[in-house]
Amino acid sequence: MDNEVLDQLERKPSRKSVAFTDEQLVVETDGSITIMSAVEEPKETAQSHTPRTPPLSAALEAFADTSSQAAADELAPPEDGGLDLSLLKKKKKKKTKVEGEADADAEDGAAPAEDGGLDLTMKKKKKKVKKAEGAEEDEFTAKLKQLEVKDAEEAEEAAQEDEGDMETGTGVWTHDESKTIPYTMLLSRFFTVLSQKNPDHSLSGTKSYKIPPPQCMREGNRKTVFANIADISKRMKRTEEHLTAYLFAELGTNGSVDGNRRLVIKGRFQQKQIENVVRKYIIEYVTCKTCRSPDTELNKGENRLYFITCNNCGSRRSVTAIKTGFSAQIGKRKKMQG
Amino acid sequence: MSIENLKSFDPFAEADDDTGDIKKVENHIHIRIQQRNGRKSLTTVTGLPAKFDPGKILTFFRKEFACNGNKVNDEKAGEVIQLQGDQRKKVMDFLVDKKNGLGLNPDNITVHGA
Repeated sequence: MDNEVLDQLERKPSRKSVAFTDEQLVVETDGSITIMSAVEEPKETAQSHTPRTPPLSAALEAFADTSSQAAADELAPPEDGGLDLSLLKKKKKKKTKVEGEADADAEDGAAPAEDGGLDLTMKKKKKKVKKAEGAEEDEFTAKLKQLEVKDAEEAEEAAQEDEGDMETGTGVWTHDESKTIPYTMLLSRFFTVLSQKNPDHSLSGTKSYKIPPPQCMREGNRKTVFANIADISKRMKRTEEHLTAYLFAELGTNGSVDGNRRLVIKGRFQQKQIENVVRKYIIEYVTCKTCRSPDTELNKGENRLYFITCNNCGSRRSVTAIKTGFSAQIGKRKKMQG
Repeated sequence: MSIENLKSFDPFAEADDDTGDIKKVENHIHIRIQQRNGRKSLTTVTGLPAKFDPGKILTFFRKEFACNGNKVNDEKAGEVIQLQGDQRKKVMDFLVDKKNGLGLNPDNITVHGA
């Protein structure tokens, strides 16, 4: 709860170019699928659920005024069943979509980008269904009167068909199709084609900064192990010591490094909390403030000050030294134990 | 009213780069959290402007957040308010709130901790 509260508090300014990918993109960049995929799965389905159900039912309501609200509601649940037949396709689409969003505004982090992507798909879906309505209105209304479970699935199929497969050229994408294709679909097609034919373009450049999510485990009861700190700091081109110092200062605790170069932090922390701190670190010490590029170097300047030099635009700025600040003494006995 | 030029400003205050806060010219407020045993935590507020009475703020906090707290005089950080539990959000709200709070500039306040 505290975290969420804090998120609202802090992320507003910092919701910029940092994204912790627990999605497929991680696979693309470093191939470390193993841990991420497990986390990603439920998320993915949950995401594809949400945009799917409401728009369809909404659209159905829109043109089938005769059918009652309850009927529309009844239609919604079987949707879930019908979901898996198109899940694969949907996933692929959405991915490109999200990527596109991220490209379009690299400012947003993972969450907002996804939101944006979802929004788009939602719109897209709506449009499509309405289009299907235009084409097969009679069929649809006839079916809707029966109000059977089948209907939902069929409606979906129709929508799917209308959407077509842009690679094989069916549905809207047929060569001699005269229907106007919605902008969102064209946009998604653009990014699909771009990522297919020209992967470098769609990946490099203005994408949001992505690093693997921190892996946190509990060691015993009151220690947290930050396992992939070496990986993360290597990717940010920062020393582990620097990141460690920042983490400790920010979390108000201390810790040590164990044999496998994992960081052992005193206190209980969840992955999300660590993620937030790493995100702040990136904003503060990694990204270039001028061009937002994460491709920067941190080195000690002439007089004890640390400077960040951007490899992309060549700008140079000083950063504040990490300060631990005030830390209260907790418990007399604790302190004596050390 | 304070005149910027006449403050006793030590230009070398930041010279010791790892010892921490600067002594006098701290006008930035830090809200930190420390974990205690179990799920307990401690919120510390440092760097409150001198024009506010920390004691009064503390009593307000204690009453309003229904938590205990105390005032510590730290040689580096000056007057520090310590509160039991995670009160960061509430403290932040109070400090920023123009109507019922101090109406400070949120840019001068940093909330630390995850």
